[in-house]
Amino acid sequence: MNKLIKYVITDILRNKIVSIYTLLLFIISFGVFQLDDTTNKGLLSLLNLVLFIVPLVSLIFSTIYLYNSAEFIELLVSQPLGRKSIWLSLYTGVAVSLSISFLLGTGIPILLYSSDTTGTILIIAGTLLTIIFVSLAFLATVLTRDKAKGMGASIFIWLYFSLIFDGLVLFLLFQFADYPLEKIIVTLSTLNPIDLCRILILLQMDISALMGFTGAVFKNSFGTQSGLIFAFALLVLWALVPLLLSLKKFIKKDL
Amino acid sequence: MITATDISKNFGKLKALDSVTLQFHSESCVAFLGPNGSGKTTFIKSILGMVVPTSGTILFENKDIQIDYAYRTKIGYMPQIASYPENMTIGQLISMMKDIRRVNKQQLDEELIHQFKLTQMLDKRMHTLSGGTRQKVSAALAFLFNAPVLILDEPTAGLDPISAELLKSKIISEKQKGKLIIITSHVLSELDEMVTEVAYMQDGKLQFHTSIELLRAETSENKLSKAVASKMSVRKVSTKLVEATILSHE
Repeated sequence: MNKLIKYVITDILRNKIVSIYTLLLFIISFGVFQLDDTTNKGLLSLLNLVLFIVPLVSLIFSTIYLYNSAEFIELLVSQPLGRKSIWLSLYTGVAVSLSISFLLGTGIPILLYSSDTTGTILIIAGTLLTIIFVSLAFLATVLTRDKAKGMGASIFIWLYFSLIFDGLVLFLLFQFADYPLEKIIVTLSTLNPIDLCRILILLQMDISALMGFTGAVFKNSFGTQSGLIFAFALLVLWALVPLLLSLKKFIKKDL
Repeated sequence: MITATDISKNFGKLKALDSVTLQFHSESCVAFLGPNGSGKTTFIKSILGMVVPTSGTILFENKDIQIDYAYRTKIGYMPQIASYPENMTIGQLISMMKDIRRVNKQQLDEELIHQFKLTQMLDKRMHTLSGGTRQKVSAALAFLFNAPVLILDEPTAGLDPISAELLKSKIISEKQKGKLIIITSHVLSELDEMVTEVAYMQDGKLQFHTSIELLRAETSENKLSKAVASKMSVRKVSTKLVEATILSHE
């Protein structure tokens, strides 16, 4: 299994897209910190960019990589290797190389400019988002044999989690503005890993006061030590569940 | 050595394999024949575990292949369409395969790599290769690990006559070492000299599986192509006869 991971990572590193992604993140992060006068403001701008770019790149890159390695996978399956270890090695390879490029591209500037709790949580959240969206991409690709459909599914996943979901929540908020929705909103936010990450970091920044009563409820649920652990556990679950579903599907797949 | 019992495979509504039962023993060379789309490749892929049958079991040396994948160390496989990672070089591909299989250096059989002159183009990337060269790489990889079972799906398709001859003589020499060799091919004339058994598939069903001597004796044809053709026509005639007698009885 380690050998396979090694081959996947060298294959990905030979591909220049990952280096370009690292460089892009690095330039953006440095630029943001240079532009904003206070590091807190910089971190906030960076947060929005990270929540936007990281899921998109993780999804699209993983999908393209998997479809391009169809031959490689076919070759491996006819060799004395278990399907489980093939799939998990591919996943580890892709997730590790994308996480490394996130850590290099965004982690280093954050550590240089604002190496406090907020910065650390942003780094952890970004890495978790990478892992989560790689695993969602693996699920989307294993479900469709057609390249165009798989890409479409990946793009839709991204649209859903970064735009449509928030739209739906807003719609709900306005429609039921007369009712106490705070607890429901907290529950709803656990259904979207991007929102979960955003809330975690905003709470660290002490600007939750700006969010009114809902902010207070969020602070109560996620601001505490146990709340933080609960949120991270949820994020890990978001990575594990799609991965395990895709693994189950891959073991039975015809190649 | 390989026992397949009641293998069925459906792709949606299409029945690619319809309860096929087959046994292969070592020290034999089986010609696996049938028209296009008769389920030969699907059957071979089921043996390799690349296709999961809808029902039925396949035993390799009396062990169910779905439980343990280690049996694949004993199979050298040459696919019909040679698809390999496109941006790897031939050298990287060969060393990766060696790395995955973990075979002792003494056990490696690099004869075909040298005969096909692949050593001179080890740093060529796979996507730059012609169809014939890919086929050569594929053949060299199938024989590389000295596996006791060789499954060759259309081995000579796309090869130039000289390379095809080299490959044929290699197959014959491996057969003499007592290996089980399963070949599918449409060029029956080239199978004449090596085959000991014939299995014929049509529409996902196994039509017959006999030794070549029996087939020759039964059809009194010496050439494999004619023997198979006559056997199939005899079967058709006999079913028609049966139908006719049933009709006359009514």
